[in-house]
Amino acid sequence: MLQAYTRNGCFDEMLNEAGKPRSHYHRLAELFGTLTPEEFEHRRQSVDLAFLRQGITFNVYGDSRGAEKIFPFDLVPRVISAAEWEYLERGLKQRITALNLFLHDIYHEQKIVQDGVVPPYYILSGKHFRREFVNFQVPKDIYIHVCGTDLIRGAKGEWMVLEDNGRCPSGVSYVLENRRAMKRTFPSMFETIGVRPVENYPHELLKMLQHIAPAGVSNPTIALLTPGAYNSAYFEHTYLARQMGIEIVEGRDLVVQDEQVFMRTTKGLHPVHVIYRRIDDDFLDPTVFRPDSMLGVPGIVRAYRAGNVSLANSIGTGIADDKVMYYFIPRIIKYYLGEDPLIPNVPTYLASEEADKKYILENLPSLVVKAANESGGYGMLMGPKASKAEIEKFRELILEDPRNYIAQPMIMLSQHPTMVDGSFEGRHIDLRPYIVYGEKITIVPGGLTRVALRKGSLVVNSSQGGGSKDTWVLYGDE
Amino acid sequence: MLSRVANSLYWMSRYIERAENIARLVDTNLQLLLDFRNLDEKRLAQYWLPVLQASGDEEAFFKLHEKASGAAVTEFLVFQGEHPNSIVECISQARENARMVRDQITGELWEELNGLYLFARSPEAREVWSRSPSDFFARIKASSLLMIGISNSTLTRNEGWWFVQVGKFIERADKTSRILDVRFQSLPDRGLPETISQTETVEWSAILHSCSAWDAYKALYGADVHPRQVGELLVLNEDFPRSVRFCAEELNTALRRLSGAPEGRFQNDVERHAGRLLAELRFSTVDEIFEPGLHRYLDELQTKLNTIGVALFNTYFFLSFAPVDEVQFVQQEEQQQQSQDREAAHRGRRAW
Repeated sequence: MLQAYTRNGCFDEMLNEAGKPRSHYHRLAELFGTLTPEEFEHRRQSVDLAFLRQGITFNVYGDSRGAEKIFPFDLVPRVISAAEWEYLERGLKQRITALNLFLHDIYHEQKIVQDGVVPPYYILSGKHFRREFVNFQVPKDIYIHVCGTDLIRGAKGEWMVLEDNGRCPSGVSYVLENRRAMKRTFPSMFETIGVRPVENYPHELLKMLQHIAPAGVSNPTIALLTPGAYNSAYFEHTYLARQMGIEIVEGRDLVVQDEQVFMRTTKGLHPVHVIYRRIDDDFLDPTVFRPDSMLGVPGIVRAYRAGNVSLANSIGTGIADDKVMYYFIPRIIKYYLGEDPLIPNVPTYLASEEADKKYILENLPSLVVKAANESGGYGMLMGPKASKAEIEKFRELILEDPRNYIAQPMIMLSQHPTMVDGSFEGRHIDLRPYIVYGEKITIVPGGLTRVALRKGSLVVNSSQGGGSKDTWVLYGDE
Repeated sequence: MLSRVANSLYWMSRYIERAENIARLVDTNLQLLLDFRNLDEKRLAQYWLPVLQASGDEEAFFKLHEKASGAAVTEFLVFQGEHPNSIVECISQARENARMVRDQITGELWEELNGLYLFARSPEAREVWSRSPSDFFARIKASSLLMIGISNSTLTRNEGWWFVQVGKFIERADKTSRILDVRFQSLPDRGLPETISQTETVEWSAILHSCSAWDAYKALYGADVHPRQVGELLVLNEDFPRSVRFCAEELNTALRRLSGAPEGRFQNDVERHAGRLLAELRFSTVDEIFEPGLHRYLDELQTKLNTIGVALFNTYFFLSFAPVDEVQFVQQEEQQQQSQDREAAHRGRRAW
């Protein structure tokens, strides 16, 4: 079936310049080559059905019938060789180490500001900088416990970091469920090809949560705090809680008394020591942040400050994945570690710098413009694909609030063979590995490969027509 | 266990049981009517009205429909989206509650319930229904029984399990008593009828079928169907798993396992009410049931079951219900995803 697949322009993950499978794709290409379209379609349908039956779905907002959709899953896996993964792993560890040092610094001495590496203006004006937490000692000095760093590949196949998600990155449950589905569908391939397992993630996450327990608590009660069953990532929350064997709680299940957090149980109040929260800072505590939040827990921040409860991720990490701060990350890595970044950034222009702003405004039709604090593909302009009106709208937005915008050249993401209407076509992909920072830094081999299912589209977000693939990190290089 | 979780498990279990009971009730009535030919509209209504009353939703029905015709009543009890106790809505609520406690139930149980939900909401369900209602009900009943079996063989006997049991047996006791009440109009105000017509025999047999009690009845009393024995079996029998007495025994066991209270004593209100009901059932005779009139007796029984439900709420769940503005609450949950579409889908989360 794969014989008909060809390259087109951008970097192709599977085929080299000569149109032949790269060495780490050899065996996959062989195995898929023997499948007939009917066999393939049959397996695809049974996987979709399994996802639906298991309720591995996300909610469609605003639908009173409670419609749920499955996150489209493409059966052709993305393959990464051992050598390539080893490089990525080093690069990601370098980056999360630097981000944590940076957060510690700006919430304490702020040396990086005094040394003029990052202008104070950008930190103080960051929407997610929490000045209430300056000089606060976070447990074990870890700020970002779970990070989902988005990686892409450019025209020559060079890896780049697109953004750091250091608040509540989601999607890891799809990594685990995609793998399960692939194992059920193509059991023999795993033996033949040699793929590193991902099933260890919940265990690593739990170990990290135990590691950050408040001092003196030897057998901590750990809970995952979810916004609730209507949140689109709710499936993931219950999934992770179940895999880790911890409680899943909503804000209303918790109560704070004497700076200690308790859950309301059928046998009265029970203390909670570590919270893996999947709620943004803003909603966490109505007495400190948004006063109208009903998802949070009044008083939880006081309990946190008193050291009676640990939070992962810590409060205030959002400043590190601010898209303007992204611009400074190569310098941040250099400043704290004395190293050049192993995985470079995408070239970035800051609208708040006069020279950059001029360049951005003159080149809007060829640039991608992003709002500093939005995620999920919202608040974004894709210059080459935008209408005149959209471009003008962003011109005004940028002039109004330059601090809130950055621009980058349009990167042609690498493409990967993907099943579309019965044949394989190239679709653009990215990669989100999940990094867990506890006693040590662990990264589950691979991560979530997202794929833009619309032809030519560069937007991989699930809310905008994206799907996902299983990601295979090999034991070897072929 | 979190109070909210316990509450969801309890309602999940109740709704599964409720859907199955309504399926049996409607199925039997449809089959019963096949035995009577040439019924006019008025006579038909005499068969469908009691079914509505048994489901406890007569008032809600007449807000949506004018006449208790077969088509209207079946639509109301099976598919009607505006009716929270229609079979399809019961399944949806059971599944919604299960979704909130996915981490507490087994994958096997979830997949069966979710599969039933997907079926009930699919066009296929309507097709099966119009081809053969009996096949449709068979699917619902089989799935419910399968879930009970899966629960029995996969759920850990922890606190959650006992809340599942409590929900199942309160609901079952209530529904058995309501189904038994379906033919009360053919009974005298007090006591038992002197003679039973052939039609009435068929009708009382239908009640047995509705409670899956036909085989149990025959084994105990032979083929001669009489209301006295039907009442005895469905209310007082110690061994039949759908009798009110049996449910009350199981309910008491479950409640004692939750609190650790010894047999014959109580530690809270729910145990007090449930224990009292059990004692009454243990030390009653069938004549005492019919003496004040079966209908009045069953009415009081249902009130007692309601009191137990309220006491259960106050004892175990109340703590988790700080008042919240539901609409704003749902909006914020969704907002967390920075969705473009911030129109909140507002659905009932719970069933009070």
